[in-house]
Amino acid sequence: MISKDQVAHVAKLARLSFSDAELEQFTHQLDQIIAMENELAEVPTDGVTPTTQVSDERNVFRADVPVTDGPTRDQLLQNVPESKDGLIKVPTIIDKGEADA
Amino acid sequence: MSNSDYLSYDLQTLHQLLVDKKVTAVALTEAALAKINAQQPALNAFITINQKKALARAAELDAKGIDPDDLLAGIPIAYKDNIVTNGIRTTAASHILDNFNPVYDATVVEKLDAAGTINLGKTNMDEFAMGSSTETSHFGVTHNPWDLERVPGGSSGGSAAAVAAGEVFAALGSDTGGSIRQPAAYNGIFGIKPTYGRVSRWGLIAFGSSFDQIGVFTRRAQDAAVLLGAISGHDPKDSTSSEQAVPDFTAAIGQGIKGLKIAVPDEFFGEGIAEDVKAQVEKGLQQLADQGAIIDHVQLPHTKYAVPAYYVLASSEASSNLQRFDGIRYGFRAADVKNLEDVYVRSRSEGFGPEVKRRIMLGTFALSSGYYDAYFNKAAAVRTLIKQDFEKILATHDLIIGPTAPDTAFKIGVNDDDPITLYMKDILTISANMAGVPAASVPAGFNAEGLPVGMQMIAKRFDESTIFRAAAAFEELNHYNLETPTFKNGGNA
Repeated sequence: MISKDQVAHVAKLARLSFSDAELEQFTHQLDQIIAMENELAEVPTDGVTPTTQVSDERNVFRADVPVTDGPTRDQLLQNVPESKDGLIKVPTIIDKGEADA
Repeated sequence: MSNSDYLSYDLQTLHQLLVDKKVTAVALTEAALAKINAQQPALNAFITINQKKALARAAELDAKGIDPDDLLAGIPIAYKDNIVTNGIRTTAASHILDNFNPVYDATVVEKLDAAGTINLGKTNMDEFAMGSSTETSHFGVTHNPWDLERVPGGSSGGSAAAVAAGEVFAALGSDTGGSIRQPAAYNGIFGIKPTYGRVSRWGLIAFGSSFDQIGVFTRRAQDAAVLLGAISGHDPKDSTSSEQAVPDFTAAIGQGIKGLKIAVPDEFFGEGIAEDVKAQVEKGLQQLADQGAIIDHVQLPHTKYAVPAYYVLASSEASSNLQRFDGIRYGFRAADVKNLEDVYVRSRSEGFGPEVKRRIMLGTFALSSGYYDAYFNKAAAVRTLIKQDFEKILATHDLIIGPTAPDTAFKIGVNDDDPITLYMKDILTISANMAGVPAASVPAGFNAEGLPVGMQMIAKRFDESTIFRAAAAFEELNHYNLETPTFKNGGNA
């Protein structure tokens, strides 16, 4: 059984927040899903190499030169929620509790 | 025939009409737009309709004239809304991207634009392609044109419904665990997920990077072969795209079925597969045998572990891929946030829907300290066994054939609170993504309620040609693929 505390910990790692009711529901659903995942333990996999990709291509390199045909700074800033003077604007990083710190 | 019927023609016929100026690209685009707009209230197949630009592009093509060599010029198509389009809003059906306006085109879009297709718009889907019903879309569910009370499947449900309902000639989708094949089956059309690496993923909003592939929906296998040819090939911008030469996928069409060695896995006809689906697919297999195919019954013993292994692996990849959505550089940013951490947490919590959060949570759990070996590594080892099952069978057979989905289109809302039942719907499609092999769904008739059934054809890596050959031959036997949707439980059509 996965506990509500465990789910809250995973939520923190994933940068997600849930209300208490949501946390309750997610714990229940994740518990069911993880019970399904536990079926994997039945499969003998000693000595089996894990597969994490199915591409034939390996170690693709390119010359260490800047890409110059990409989007411009102005284009890239088009989708930024808040920007100022060509920079991305974010709230204060450490909230010291001061107004508009 | 009225203008709106043009989109049900085969590609060669439509192309000839365009070349001979018996129909213009503008007329074709207008017909498509009229149908999309008329059916949008009933189907909701589109998130964004690209009306103005599509008409302008069509006029441009007409002015230039359609070259007899440009088979795809002037053909109206649509893109799943997780394929980025320069200057056309791309949302992945998520609130977190509902104001996102890409500044570049996906490679597939660039290629099809160069081939002269006309982009009619962006189709509805499950949020971030996570789902099997299009019900997790932030923009509302798409309705199945065969029965409006039912789902179109997913996650590429909008693309499948749009093609089935004659709104566009073809549409692109993406398939991570069955997201092209299952909606193709539910909508009675052809849909193919090519070999992993066949098509560039540059500009596809990532879900599970080792599973995702872009593919094609059409009414006819032959036409999908042409479109797939146009989007395939190595792309320096996607280092997992293959250097393998792209053959003419239509070349083997017409060679028929005689002599093809077909493997039929027992597990694809086992528990949990609806009787009416089994019956239709078995009938199809008998027809293939009558045409001279050699049918063998085989085992894919790890099939039952495909769903749990997939949900760990794909969710782990998703939890990593979706870290980029943090309210900083693009997309939704929560209002009234106090500090940077708050921007991340609140933007993500308000921006993602419940299914996306469930998968991020499952993936984060499977990758977290203390659980990585038991879940992620274990699932990755099971993936190896599933892949080996397929390699073994495909070493001695041309195709693996079975049903595409365990059932036909289900009613909207019935699986709302039951993620596991929904996850099990992918049991027959996931394995092809695990193994990286190409697989398609071909229309295989209808059940007693008139709902389409899909037959899945799986081939060796980079052997899409055999799928097209067999699918085109199968279409000729019944022409199920030419049946048009009935819009049951709706007023107009």
